[in-house]
Amino acid sequence: MLVLTRKKDQSIVIGDNIEISILEIVGDQVRIGIDAPKNVAIHRKEIYLEIQEENRKAAESNTISQAALNEILKGKNKDS
Amino acid sequence: MLFNTRHFGEIEINEDKIISFEEGIPGFNNVRKFVILDTYTTNDNRYDNMNNQNNSVSPFKWLQCVDEPMLAFAIVNPFLLKPDYDIELSNEVIEQLGIKNEEDVAVYAIVVVPEDISKMTMNLKAPLIINLKSKKGMQTILDTEKYSVRHYIMDEKAGQEVKANACADKKKGSVNCNR
Repeated sequence: MLVLTRKKDQSIVIGDNIEISILEIVGDQVRIGIDAPKNVAIHRKEIYLEIQEENRKAAESNTISQAALNEILKGKNKDS
Repeated sequence: MLFNTRHFGEIEINEDKIISFEEGIPGFNNVRKFVILDTYTTNDNRYDNMNNQNNSVSPFKWLQCVDEPMLAFAIVNPFLLKPDYDIELSNEVIEQLGIKNEEDVAVYAIVVVPEDISKMTMNLKAPLIINLKSKKGMQTILDTEKYSVRHYIMDEKAGQEVKANACADKKKGSVNCNR
């Protein structure tokens, strides 16, 4: 991994069209600004991993029958 | 065209029903083409492409992958289960999907069905946004702390039964019931 040291208001340029700026440093938090083309997806890593994980779990939801799903909704309707 | 599905075996689907997810879906980045399969409250595990009027459409649908027959996600219109669900689409999403009218947009939440079905969750943090006109879709990640990837459907459902029923009976549930 390339490691660079930057100060507040300094930035890093990646390729022709991505710029990452250090906007603010407060305690152990760093605010980062990112300028990138719209087709470049940018995510907070832990959230992206969480969504990947949920999607994988969702793809395994196969044993369930449609009738059971619908029963849940119906049952709840009656209860509430 | 005929193709294989995870839950219904081989079915006939019009190619104009295919929705393309150009970026794939997180965790499944190499698949692009999906169709949405309605399910019916009276029909268990049988796909009815005749849209039989006697069957009411279930709020649960399948997002079936066309490239990979064994891949299918249970999805639900989140507004049916959480009427105050509130999302704001970023300009990037609007541009990428070529969204011109709000009416063209369908929103779905991916559902996780664990062994204990009462612990079923839906992902409101990362909804599926589909432009029904351009047939493009993506899973977007909302920039808000309000929603998580795991909302218990049974909890959300409490007290919402009237609305859910009213909407489930509408033919084009997903879009009509969004608001």
